[in-house]
Amino acid sequence: MDSAIIIEKGIFILAVFAITMFMAMYSTLAERKIAAWLQDRIGPNRAGKGGILQPLADGLKLFAKEEFMPSTQNTFLFVLGPAISMSMALMTSAVIPWGDKLEIGGRTVILQATDIDVAMLYIFAVLSVGVYGIMIGGWASNNKFSLMSAMRASSQMISYEVAMGLAIIALIMATGTLSVREIAAQQSGFWNDGWFTWNVFKHPLSFLIFLVCSFAETNRTPFDLAECEAELIGGHHTEYSSMKMGFYLFGEYAAMFISSAILAILYFGAYNYPGFQWAVENWGVNVANILGIIALFVKICFFIFFYMWVRWTIPRFRYDQLMNLGWKMLIPLAIANIVITGLVIVLTQ
Amino acid sequence: MGEIIFYALAAVTLGTALLTIFSRNPIHSALSLVVCFFSIAGHYLLLNAQFLAIVHIIVYSGAIMILMLFTIMLMNLNKDDESHKPIAAKIAATIAFCLVGLVLLAGLLRTKPVVESYYYSGEDFQSIKVLGKVLLNEYMVPFEFASVLLLVAMIGAVLISKKDKEKSLK
Repeated sequence: MDSAIIIEKGIFILAVFAITMFMAMYSTLAERKIAAWLQDRIGPNRAGKGGILQPLADGLKLFAKEEFMPSTQNTFLFVLGPAISMSMALMTSAVIPWGDKLEIGGRTVILQATDIDVAMLYIFAVLSVGVYGIMIGGWASNNKFSLMSAMRASSQMISYEVAMGLAIIALIMATGTLSVREIAAQQSGFWNDGWFTWNVFKHPLSFLIFLVCSFAETNRTPFDLAECEAELIGGHHTEYSSMKMGFYLFGEYAAMFISSAILAILYFGAYNYPGFQWAVENWGVNVANILGIIALFVKICFFIFFYMWVRWTIPRFRYDQLMNLGWKMLIPLAIANIVITGLVIVLTQ
Repeated sequence: MGEIIFYALAAVTLGTALLTIFSRNPIHSALSLVVCFFSIAGHYLLLNAQFLAIVHIIVYSGAIMILMLFTIMLMNLNKDDESHKPIAAKIAATIAFCLVGLVLLAGLLRTKPVVESYYYSGEDFQSIKVLGKVLLNEYMVPFEFASVLLLVAMIGAVLISKKDKEKSLK
């Protein structure tokens, strides 16, 4: 029994890892295709049919490029930087419920790597540790421009983590739990007691703040000051080349996938869809849950598209605008949201 | 299994703690301190204190050490910048440390641990619900005092940084 669970979880974690990598890989193609579409171009279309093999070609190119090391004594830290960035982007997936449960051969398989009591805090812990990847990489590059970019990127991430945490507190107060699985389960169905069950309809302000902060946390436009080749020199990865550079960029796409998943799970009903209970009763648990997984991935893909849509629509902020927005707008708004949510909870109880 | 993990974690904790002190490069010592904090969080996890472990990581590794790294990186400290302390200070530090060690040893050797039998109260002390209720009912006053203390420290920091600005303008 014990080893069966270990094997089951192992297979599940491997599958999640593979899917995350696959999604991150094809996000790069999707980004270029969407950019081309928004700018009335064709986009990559040479590798495979409609450019379907483009990510493989890009990966091969990155692997085949020359591995260049800057003159630094900190070779170990130089390699550690992208490694931390990548692994922290992947680690969050441990607490994400990808579906409710499946029944395979009499066993109930819970579609989540681990269901810990403090899952929300775990997500924030991993997020805050992710900053090290940028800081260590920027410092070990032995280049003052890299260091300055690393400072810029990490102060942005730290600032927006505060607003993000405050935005999520309102949600936690209302749901009364820190377990992501339970938050997902509470949004079951679509309509209950005269109102939508999905959190986005219950906590629109919290969702909005969380969304803006997610953009900042994943270093996406309009908050992509961490890296802009044109007006600020490269970024914290100026000195990186070959696959180490690829790891930084790839980690960003993996983080985008994971943060889309978190957005979908916390606010957009996770694996729930209208008629989930009906499907469980009439079509069985397995069919209903496979549909649920598909529903979750549709939501995730929508958010990935939304990230890209915004990137090719809105210009990037200036650094002081970014800090003003974070500290003077989002944090007071999030605190006001907590107070309002608290009042509503007290009054309706 | 648990014992092996404990010894491995203890070795990492002690090793990185020593590295923190002995590293010549301030960044390296700060980073070993981060690893040390992580292994301490691992000890908490071994004791089944999930909440404490995660909060420890968020607060110490995620916030305090990052700010510390910021400061060190911005000041750009190197081996050459290390201040050479006079020999008298070194001797004084050694004597003070030995005295503290003596007091601790003497105190700890004389203690007689009272081992009582555990009883099962039926409450899940890992769960945040229990922890929150205890914190905000039984320990309400110390909890609020701690938050006031933090607030005062925050306002003080803002005040100090403001004063500097006015001076530099003059």
